[in-house]
Amino acid sequence: MPLSAVACQKIDKAIAKYPVGRKQSAVMAALTIVQEERGWLSPESLREVAEYLGMPPVAVYEVASFYTMYHLKPVGRYVLTLCTNLPCSLQGSDVAARHLQETLKIGWNETTPDGMFTLLQGECMGACQEAPVMLTGHQRMCCKMMPPQIDALLAQLRDEAAQKERQE
Amino acid sequence: MTAFLDYGSDAVLMARLTGDNWRIEDYVARGGYEALKAILTAGTPPDQVLAEIKLSALRGRGGAGFPTGMKWGFMPRGAPEKYVVCNADEGEPGTFKDRDILRFNPHSVIEGMAIAAYVMGCACGYIYIHGEIWDVYERCEEAIEEARAAGVIGQRIMGSDFSFELFNHHGFGAYICGEETALLESLEGKKGQSRYKPPFPANVGLYGKPTTINNVETLACVPLILRNGGQWFLDLGRPNAGGTKIFSVSGDVERPGNYELRLGAPFAKLLEMAGGVRGGRKLKAVIPGGSSSPVLPGAIMMETDLDYDSIAKAGSMMGSGAVIVMDETRCMVRSLMRLSEFYHEESCGQCTPCREGTGWLAHIIHRIEHGEGRPGDVDALDRVAHNIMGRTICALGDAAAMPVRSFVKHFRDEFEYHIEHHRCQVADHV
Amino acid sequence: MSEIVIDKSGWLNLQINGKPVQMPPGSTVMEAAQEIKEFIPHFCYHKKLSLAASCRMCLVQVEKFPKPVPACATPVSEGMKVWTRSEIALAAQQSVMEFLLINHPLDCPICDQGGECQLQDMAVGYGKGTSQYRENKRVVPGKEMGPLVSAAEMSRCIQCTRCVRFGDEIAGQMELGMIYRGDRAQITPFINDTVESELSGNMIDLCPVGALTSKPFRYQARTWELSRRKSVSPHDALGANLIVQLRRNQVVRVQPLENEAVNECWLSDRDRFSYEALNSEARLTKPLVKKDGVLIEADWQEALPLAAARLKNIMERDGCESLGVLISPHATLEEATLLSRLMRALGCDNIDHRLRQQDFSHAFQPSQVPWLGMPIADVSKLKAALFVGSFLRHDQPLLAARVRQAARRGAVISSLHSMPSDWMLPLAHEKVVAPSQVASALAALVVAAHREAKVEQTLPTALQGITPSVADAAMVRSLLNTPERSAIFLGSFAQQHSEAALLHTLAQRLAEYTKVTFGVLPEAANSVGAALAGAQPQKNGLNARAMLEQPRKAYVLLHTEVPFDVAQGSTARAAMEQADFVLSLSPFRPSEESALPDIVLPIAPFTETSGTFINMEGRAQSFYGVAPPLGETRPGWRVIAALAGLLGQPFTEMEPDEVRASCVPSADSVTARLSNRIDSVLSTLPQAAEKTIERVAGVPIYHADPLVRRATSLQCTPLAASPKAAMNAALAARLGLVKGRMVRITQGKNATEALLFWVCDDRLPTNTVRFDMAHPLTAGFDVCGEFHLEAAS
Repeated sequence: MPLSAVACQKIDKAIAKYPVGRKQSAVMAALTIVQEERGWLSPESLREVAEYLGMPPVAVYEVASFYTMYHLKPVGRYVLTLCTNLPCSLQGSDVAARHLQETLKIGWNETTPDGMFTLLQGECMGACQEAPVMLTGHQRMCCKMMPPQIDALLAQLRDEAAQKERQE
Repeated sequence: MTAFLDYGSDAVLMARLTGDNWRIEDYVARGGYEALKAILTAGTPPDQVLAEIKLSALRGRGGAGFPTGMKWGFMPRGAPEKYVVCNADEGEPGTFKDRDILRFNPHSVIEGMAIAAYVMGCACGYIYIHGEIWDVYERCEEAIEEARAAGVIGQRIMGSDFSFELFNHHGFGAYICGEETALLESLEGKKGQSRYKPPFPANVGLYGKPTTINNVETLACVPLILRNGGQWFLDLGRPNAGGTKIFSVSGDVERPGNYELRLGAPFAKLLEMAGGVRGGRKLKAVIPGGSSSPVLPGAIMMETDLDYDSIAKAGSMMGSGAVIVMDETRCMVRSLMRLSEFYHEESCGQCTPCREGTGWLAHIIHRIEHGEGRPGDVDALDRVAHNIMGRTICALGDAAAMPVRSFVKHFRDEFEYHIEHHRCQVADHV
Repeated sequence: MSEIVIDKSGWLNLQINGKPVQMPPGSTVMEAAQEIKEFIPHFCYHKKLSLAASCRMCLVQVEKFPKPVPACATPVSEGMKVWTRSEIALAAQQSVMEFLLINHPLDCPICDQGGECQLQDMAVGYGKGTSQYRENKRVVPGKEMGPLVSAAEMSRCIQCTRCVRFGDEIAGQMELGMIYRGDRAQITPFINDTVESELSGNMIDLCPVGALTSKPFRYQARTWELSRRKSVSPHDALGANLIVQLRRNQVVRVQPLENEAVNECWLSDRDRFSYEALNSEARLTKPLVKKDGVLIEADWQEALPLAAARLKNIMERDGCESLGVLISPHATLEEATLLSRLMRALGCDNIDHRLRQQDFSHAFQPSQVPWLGMPIADVSKLKAALFVGSFLRHDQPLLAARVRQAARRGAVISSLHSMPSDWMLPLAHEKVVAPSQVASALAALVVAAHREAKVEQTLPTALQGITPSVADAAMVRSLLNTPERSAIFLGSFAQQHSEAALLHTLAQRLAEYTKVTFGVLPEAANSVGAALAGAQPQKNGLNARAMLEQPRKAYVLLHTEVPFDVAQGSTARAAMEQADFVLSLSPFRPSEESALPDIVLPIAPFTETSGTFINMEGRAQSFYGVAPPLGETRPGWRVIAALAGLLGQPFTEMEPDEVRASCVPSADSVTARLSNRIDSVLSTLPQAAEKTIERVAGVPIYHADPLVRRATSLQCTPLAASPKAAMNAALAARLGLVKGRMVRITQGKNATEALLFWVCDDRLPTNTVRFDMAHPLTAGFDVCGEFHLEAAS
């Protein structure tokens, strides 16, 4: 499956940020764009990005496996990343973690059977004043995530998904 | 009446911010871009600007505290291609100041970068933004668009000969990219693996060209210094460390958050601003400069002032100004385990002592915490940490080792108790 | 030889362990230590690779430095004092060694690297007897890297990244990377890819532990059981120096013998893994004699006199000119010399080693020997080079590596060819034209050079009226910047072109105008030696092509397999079939596809005979047999001598050293004969042919000679795969080719036919199809003959 026109357009925009001949600098952006479109980065996706940027595929693989926010395996519709680092843990992330695991009935790095949620353990997101911090889909930062807030968020995400499905 | 965000009465960098007044017109209304305009209109020689920065005794706010003026002075003159890079990869556990600057006052950083570029003769700059703060990246994209539209960055800025292009680069989850050479590698589209120095970035940096990397807060200080004078900034702080500093307070306090204080203010004042220890509990320990800095017992910390030298004298470091507060109910083994797991996770893996040592440390601490500690483990921790320190390519090795050595030094009995009794001492006490 | 005087002004003085040493600025502590033979332990450091400074094994103490520093990455400075074995240095080294070992399996007794493992050696020197490490060791899954490199034991990897850097920097293709991070970091190819570089075996040498090992050698022997002997690679004209390793008289491994002037510390995979053919089933152990159309084993006592008698009969009956002698350029100098001498003594001048050449109209002097035109080592230092018609990476893989090094240092490399390059290096200028257009494209460069270099001498009439393009001018200008360090090379495609003499003349003229070195890239290990040996017509003898086109009554083949080793596959097969007698001297049983000789005399491959190869720079490299001849195999020179005796032309030299002395010319006499210069007038350029379909044919790297064609592991690599017909989309469309279908290629009266898969490559010129020669599927074609292409039904 070749990269979509929209993806190419976005990648081109990223490439334009760097000097001529430095296309490789856009690899992180390109991977982000493709992951956003396809949910995860399959070997074919990595190869396509490599081709687009004129990089050896293994160099793209290195990058995609080095940065933790890229997924080299399929993930659920919503990726929930809870920070469990010290400041968050001092402010309740252990409780949040337990609540998430019990509610979703999955452990770290697992996906709910309905394919809705994948649960990841994250490191410091640089927002410790609002701990415990959780990211959804790597983009939306949810703050002070104690059990009531978590329940509300999960419900909201489920609604959102249901609504989208109805639209489709 | 607009409600201002409360960073404390010392605030200059974060003064008059509401959370919504981040746009360029708001920034200009606060006196923003005046410094850049003054320089470009008058054609102030770069050396004169540099002298002002040197006078201010501004030191790097990212953690190392290196004098900014001196760093800028390292850039070779005349090289045709040079870069200035803003390190906004704020991932040091406990640190969250740059996020606030970028989302609430992004133009202060853009103006700071433009001035830095003017001084060092750079035509291009990048802001490398921490992967987990997508909303901040989007805001910075918008802010740069505003700046470009307003003609404060771009070609022939304000009709002068000075041109400067600026772009955001979004990280994607690697603490190590906060290390400046790892950041450059990442910016080049590679894994974030630190480079061996020498050569230093000022000579061989981004794309092999001379490059200076400054922290967000450092760059945000620059317009203030030039607007109010280096002496003014110097007078805010201590003789060899001018200005104010944003401290990120997290952990067991009533009001975790960012507080801007003059350098040299007592820690007690900061703790008070943060509402004191949560629930009226006793202060047990403080990590004063981000997770990499050595932990200090609360009693020592209460006697310490917040500036580079005072904290160093107390046995730790100012670092990024991230203050993690722990109260009497906290288990030091468990706390250290979280930190050691973090460094194990974040080690880039290229150099041997860090790659192997961070895993080794994490395994031992994990065992101790889970009641599987063995006699000799505490000494092993200290020895392994010692063997990492000073032997790695970049500072991550030391960053992983220092917490271990300091936790063991100050709270050895808790570790021994865990090993001997296979459970936590704190639980018995509290 | 005058002694080289080095100007040491400006050098820096330092002390290592109290010993003074002087180094040029920019050197490192590691280099300084090596200069005075002070050993500093290291893993990631390698003199030919970029610095990683990551293993930290080379930490040393330096005066005034607060921390130990890596010797490999620390520049020397004036007055520096270094201690490599002080308490501080040793403590650092020991701690690094402990870190390296905590996750390294302690399975040395079953590890293939055992006995030659740098980690093992240094653990003995720098490790402690015990470790406090009580955790589980890391397990890293093995990787599949193809038939040559085994990566089954990746838990042993110490992440030094030498293999990764080698691929990226020396081989020019980054096939391995280090994925993940921290102690999860793993060396791997891209998902489901293998390692395909023609230089991949060097990664095995570079690996300091038993993570990457030789797949063919795996579990064959322990290192201490091996005897090691020096030899020279019999493949390309570089003449890579080898250490051939034997167990119970059988070659089980080949490694490089470091020679900075030739192969540096590298080997191509062809040099390294072709030894498998030496032990293959295809080796002959007794002579073969054809009886009732079938080759049957015979005794020497029967075969040799029979061969002599048949030759004698034919010469007596039809004259000496009725013989044709085809000598492989892979034959040793001694073999080529003695056979040429014998045939000349018998009155036959129909001798040639230029088996794939088609155009012999060069005005070469008989004694003249074309060559590289410069020392091999200087290729790495080139500032600019233009390759005319070269399959560089396949023909001379290690020379390609040197060109790559030059390119990495900024050299401007250009190519004029009928194929887009796959050299794994950045080409500054590339011109791809159909074979019939190469001459005019080259002529345009000559005209551009005439203009750009403001040559006073008038342009030859034949070239007047040609207008060079902007690109032509740019390509030429790259040569003009530093002519003393620039060169033009003629590759095998240009030499085997039907207008080879014209291309040579034009390239020579281009070199004259630009004042750069003019070089020819000889095809095989002993191409230069064979020319020096007189293995080509000296008077009025027939050249290789003529010998086949004007069929002889008898042929003598030395290490030559028809049709694989000749350009005229179809013609050659017909010539062999019509001949009364074909005598083959070869280590191997004729392959199924080859024309059957009447008698095959089993002669020794390079490992079982003494011999000499003269490489592309004119360097004579002699070697001794490293193993006893297999079965009843005999050294080729000895068989030729015996034949000479039976034919009444006995040689006086009977011992290896005597033969060598009589065959190997002195260095001076070699130098005197090396020349690429021909004096010919540039007559009118031929008009471009009608728009028929033209062929480009290279020699696939693993099909180039009889030895490599039988190397089993190499034959399993993608580079040995069946040739495909490559063409651009327009031609494919015209032929009605659809994806997945095959193309049928037919030729001439002998009804040669091949069914090949086709691939689309739009970088190929119009009406040009590439399918390589020397492969069983394609060897039967005449390279220069017309052929017909159609979609296979």
